[in-house]
Amino acid sequence: MTDTALSVSRSSVERRRVLADDATARLERMFEIRGFEERLNALFATGAIHGTTHLAMGQEALAVSLASELRPTDLVTATYRGHAMALALGMNPRAVLAEIMGKSEGSTGGLGGSMHVSDDDIGLLPTFAIVGAGLPVAAGAALAFQYRGEDSVAVAVFGDGATNIGAFHESLNLASIWKLPVVFLCDNNVYGEYSRINLTTPIEDLHLRAASYAMPAEVVDGMDVTATRAALARAIERARTGGGPTLVEAKTYRFAGHSRADTAPYRPAGELEYWQERDPLTRAREELVAGGATVEQVADLERSVGAALDEVIELVEALPDPVVADMFNNIWSPLTRKAGS
Amino acid sequence: MRFRQAIVAALEDEMEADPSVMVMGEDIAVAGGPFKTSEGLLDKFGPNRVRDTPISEMAFTGAGVGAAIAGLRPVIEIMFMEFLGVALDQLVTGAAKMHYLSKGALSVPLTVRASVGSGTGFGSQHSQTLENWVTATPGLTVVTMSTPQNAYGILRAAIQSPGPTMVLEPRNLYAVRGEVQRGAAGLVQLGRAEVVRPGTAVTIVTMGQMRTAVVESVEASGIDAEIIDLITLAPWDRATVLESVAKTHRLVVVEEAPESGGWGSEIVAAVTRELFSSLSAAPFRITTPNVPVPYSKALESRYLPQPDEIARQLTQYQSTGTVPAPWWVLEGLSK
Repeated sequence: MTDTALSVSRSSVERRRVLADDATARLERMFEIRGFEERLNALFATGAIHGTTHLAMGQEALAVSLASELRPTDLVTATYRGHAMALALGMNPRAVLAEIMGKSEGSTGGLGGSMHVSDDDIGLLPTFAIVGAGLPVAAGAALAFQYRGEDSVAVAVFGDGATNIGAFHESLNLASIWKLPVVFLCDNNVYGEYSRINLTTPIEDLHLRAASYAMPAEVVDGMDVTATRAALARAIERARTGGGPTLVEAKTYRFAGHSRADTAPYRPAGELEYWQERDPLTRAREELVAGGATVEQVADLERSVGAALDEVIELVEALPDPVVADMFNNIWSPLTRKAGS
Repeated sequence: MRFRQAIVAALEDEMEADPSVMVMGEDIAVAGGPFKTSEGLLDKFGPNRVRDTPISEMAFTGAGVGAAIAGLRPVIEIMFMEFLGVALDQLVTGAAKMHYLSKGALSVPLTVRASVGSGTGFGSQHSQTLENWVTATPGLTVVTMSTPQNAYGILRAAIQSPGPTMVLEPRNLYAVRGEVQRGAAGLVQLGRAEVVRPGTAVTIVTMGQMRTAVVESVEASGIDAEIIDLITLAPWDRATVLESVAKTHRLVVVEEAPESGGWGSEIVAAVTRELFSSLSAAPFRITTPNVPVPYSKALESRYLPQPDEIARQLTQYQSTGTVPAPWWVLEGLSK
């Protein structure tokens, strides 16, 4: 076991591809995501990063599962809680951290920040900071694939809170009547910002909402990579082969608060602990041991991932800030099409 | 042909020229559009390229964004500009930011058409122009039209434009007839204002359905005004306007929108800043009063700046150099 998947020299497409057939690489990526966010939290606490951040600790299994089932040519719209998804889909920790730290080398040149990471090479659109906004866009990308007769798939990743916004209902309806090749992936982490799902939503099993749109649905333990991959594989295959959209609800849990300022004092007693017992990283460690690794080897793997991340942080901290002129770039597309294009 | 037929012609010619152009909106396919601005397109291009949508502006505007990112050139129809309210996020916060947030890797060649304006008796929720919803967003091109010919040319140019473009179509003009030259010669360059009438005494900047009223008022008053149809509201053609005012030393903006927050304020502010010392009178705006669009024909016809009201204000401005009061102030109805 090595830290090959984390290697900063690997392209995002390569980092994506290793996940498809390599269980160790998938587990390693989960360690990377957790380690990345823990370090990020610490950096915020010291004031090394400004702005805000939304951690996805506890939701790593879902991100890695999706990444391992999608092709780099498929398209994903994700949310402001997007670091896990970005790293899983293949973005290099260096590119993600540089963006969060506002460096010119960041994925949007330091113009977007934590809520807007993107990588065109792996089909990750700039992550959406408006709840639900990515759903219609994913439906539209799926429309383009269908229009041209391609077998690419679009995936909209969103939280439980998004199922109460109009964009969710309108997008499911549109995707259903047009049989669009899109997967609606609801990461039900129990909380919409600071509010528990029972305070905002009359049902907790959100996949039931697909029935209103005559849409197939899956519900899966999103803390379990094997089960989640299987559910996503079915949904993606359905979309790829002309069977139309699926609503997949992955039951997960947000170990951190909504954002940097939130310590989540509103959780019922014992709830966090209940879910921490289902921590996908614990399962990952157990799977590695069951597969023949020693406990020491697993610990070594985690340590080596952590050490690599520490190097990335050191490297990114030394990178230059954007220059002022950068904020004037890439705002307007040209008003007229270039001849021949 | 009629203005609305020029819209159809533009869509048809773009769809012929580029297989990635498709249109979607409410009742635009089978019914040919509530204002018949897509009549015949379904028969000609089929249901993959001409799609009726549910009444879901948020979904199909966002779908337009996603389809555009993924390589299509979607043209979506917002039946009444007001209906864009529920989909503004997709356009202003989504479409207009994608190029920026991707270091230029993504572009969104989406065209959003919306019918706008008063004069057709649709009442306060279906008669606004609402340019100010969309003109304050860097990255979002906003254009409007005023004749069948420029309707054709502007829409084609908007569809060809690599970025997201909002097209405001004055609904009151759909039935207007005029000559339309199709093909490349009929295209209009976005970002460039049209000097409708050259003149030396005063510059009048206008657009949309006010263009005709302005031309009438200038003819009636005999003032040697230079009339500029702005056409592109964002980013607007500063050079043409400034060059004109540098020559006439006077500026009047005639706009179909409530006085507060209207697009004309932007023009007046920019001209004042650039040319203050050469102005021979204070620039001013002729607008609608700060009221919702009233329904009754007797009221709606007063709401919109009429040629005689424009002529009255122009005549006073030119003869005295002072800014005239609008009719609602003269009549003691409002400030």
